[in-house]
Amino acid sequence: MSTDEVQRVGEVVEASTTDFVAQCYELYQTPPLGSLVKTMDLTVELYGIVYNATTTSIEPGRRPIARGRDEASDDEIYRSNPQLLKLLRSEFSALVVGHRQGDILYRYLPPKPARIHSFVYLCSTEEVKEFSQSFDFLNMLINTHLPVSTDELVAACLRQMSQAYEDRHAFLVAAGKELAILLGGEFNQLKSILGRIRQ
Amino acid sequence: MNQENIQRLGIVVSGSLNKGVEVRLDSSASVEDMVVGRYVTIEGQKRRFFGMITDVSLGVIDQKLTLTPPDVSNPFIAEVIAGTATYGTLHILPMLTISGDVASLIEGPQPVKTVPSHFSTVNLASDRDIELVFGKEDKERFWIGNPLDMETKLCLSMEKLVERSSGVFGKSGTGKTFFTRQLLIGTLQKGKAANLIFDMNSEYGWESTSEQGRNVKALKQLFPSRVAVFTLDEESSRRRRVSTDFVVRIGYDEIEPEDMVLLRQTLNLTEPAVEAVYQIYRRFGRNWLQEASELKDPDQIKELLKELGIHESTYQNLQRGLATIRRLPFLLPHSPDNAVSCVLDYLDRGINVVLEFGRYKDVASYVLVANLLTRRIYAQYQKRTEKAMAEDTVKPQPLVITIEEAHKFLNPEVASQTIFGTIAREMRKYNVTLLVIDQRPSGIDEEVMSQIGTKIAFLLDNERDIDSVLAGVSGKGELKSVLAKLASKQQALIFGHAVPMPVAFQPREYGSAESYKHFIPSAETEIEKQAEKDIEELWG
Repeated sequence: MSTDEVQRVGEVVEASTTDFVAQCYELYQTPPLGSLVKTMDLTVELYGIVYNATTTSIEPGRRPIARGRDEASDDEIYRSNPQLLKLLRSEFSALVVGHRQGDILYRYLPPKPARIHSFVYLCSTEEVKEFSQSFDFLNMLINTHLPVSTDELVAACLRQMSQAYEDRHAFLVAAGKELAILLGGEFNQLKSILGRIRQ
Repeated sequence: MNQENIQRLGIVVSGSLNKGVEVRLDSSASVEDMVVGRYVTIEGQKRRFFGMITDVSLGVIDQKLTLTPPDVSNPFIAEVIAGTATYGTLHILPMLTISGDVASLIEGPQPVKTVPSHFSTVNLASDRDIELVFGKEDKERFWIGNPLDMETKLCLSMEKLVERSSGVFGKSGTGKTFFTRQLLIGTLQKGKAANLIFDMNSEYGWESTSEQGRNVKALKQLFPSRVAVFTLDEESSRRRRVSTDFVVRIGYDEIEPEDMVLLRQTLNLTEPAVEAVYQIYRRFGRNWLQEASELKDPDQIKELLKELGIHESTYQNLQRGLATIRRLPFLLPHSPDNAVSCVLDYLDRGINVVLEFGRYKDVASYVLVANLLTRRIYAQYQKRTEKAMAEDTVKPQPLVITIEEAHKFLNPEVASQTIFGTIAREMRKYNVTLLVIDQRPSGIDEEVMSQIGTKIAFLLDNERDIDSVLAGVSGKGELKSVLAKLASKQQALIFGHAVPMPVAFQPREYGSAESYKHFIPSAETEIEKQAEKDIEELWG
């Protein structure tokens, strides 16, 4: 990931107050689980954390069929059926965890959901650092019901964010401490998350 | 305040005035660095509190942690849960406060009457805080040691110390004698009182040996011009090459019936035998002991006993006791010089007197001599103080009488009768106070114990001794845990009249050539003092 230029990864195709779904421009080019993405409204920038990614047929009723019986490798399938790249699509869902209005970054839900067709970008290292100055977003991640396990998501998110820091250990310890407080009564959950982020 | 020295420990989370406050440790402060007896400050909203750590405990946020402990061998997990899921708690007893207004700044720290508000910050006390509470080493204050785990000088106001009786308690070998020596040097150095020391084991006047076998100098060697060594046992003193000033001899005629009362237990006298002493005294007057021992004729004895209404067996019992006394070598039928007036004479000149017992360290000699001298000296002081009050002149210089094995004089059976009991109770009225040194404080009468102003307790492990030392002190339970955790040597807890709050400390070093230098006032200050004295005499 380049730290200088902001990478565009998709376009919002479905939005609600708490999350949005974006379709990738290239098949299979979804951002990694737990990464911080943003999308822009007219005045508000929305921050989301990728919690799910899917690749499906563009027509909901049409399932892909197996095509590789006579092919040597799976790459060959795509080569012999170039239409596949157009008939399939990759999407990812992001949980809205904050927004920026003017110069101020708020780590809570924006007043309005994202607009359909707004571009979605992967946040730069600086943005990740800025956003993770406070761990308020962890509370949102823990308390939302998602198709993916919370433990997995929190751990993936922290692993992703820690890459922005030179001292990954210090960042993870600080985040761990925050989690230990948030999950005061849920020691097993804490243990499972810590097990997934330790180095 | 110097920001660099402040070490934040945590925040107040609960508590009460009676039981002290609970402080949750920050994750940055290790619970293993916290020791009972350390001194902390709490920054309340309106005032600052000074307190002492009295207990350290461990807590967990979720009980499951104790059942399925996390894998702390992984440093990451250990680091994360330290201070969050698992934490340390301090129990702190607030003792003093300083509020922000001007009046309280002048008055200095006051005893606590409230507790700090929720989540007040708790810091380790800095050197400045200690100085604020205990004062700096100056004309009046003497540096007695360092608070535990601190470099600061802990100072004690000698004037306050001698105002009330004080006590040094601790098991044998904990450092009582070394510390007492320092306290005596303190009173000498600051010139706040004259000392009379009944030195049972000949340790305070001239040098003695420490447990490491090193020779340790004592008062006379450090302050040759201001200390006089009296001895009961000239031979022993000479053998030890002590330069003595006076050999104490006591005449039979100086012993009074009151002296016998105290010896009742030691001499195994019965109650009627002590009564008989009074009767014989009434009959013969001052020379009763001489007369009583010279009675040989059985008829004469019978007649006397009949006349005084003394039973034969009582008389036998008494004679056995008197025989023990007469065997004491320092007792003579007639003493050539009066030891009491000599002691007083020295004390009047501001010279401190150490009375060595040499070989005569049996209880009978010690109790007899100490009681006899003290009673007369006390009577003199009483007379003088009353005279001074009537004539509105200067009261005599405060006198501190140091006694070892104090329970022999102050046990519940004799405390009401001996002069030491009286001094301990009435004390400062006549400017005479006690410095008692004892291994078994539980043997001392409760009433006397309650009147001892300043107590210095070295390690005590007998439950009854601890209870008796701490009787009537606020926060007793907490101090108890501090007292019981003192090191077996050279660590003590001081509390009471002379200190604003209890503090555990380590007495300063004593015994090396370097240490003596600090104890002896430098030549300059001596000259200054002399000049001041001359000016005073000149201008009255």
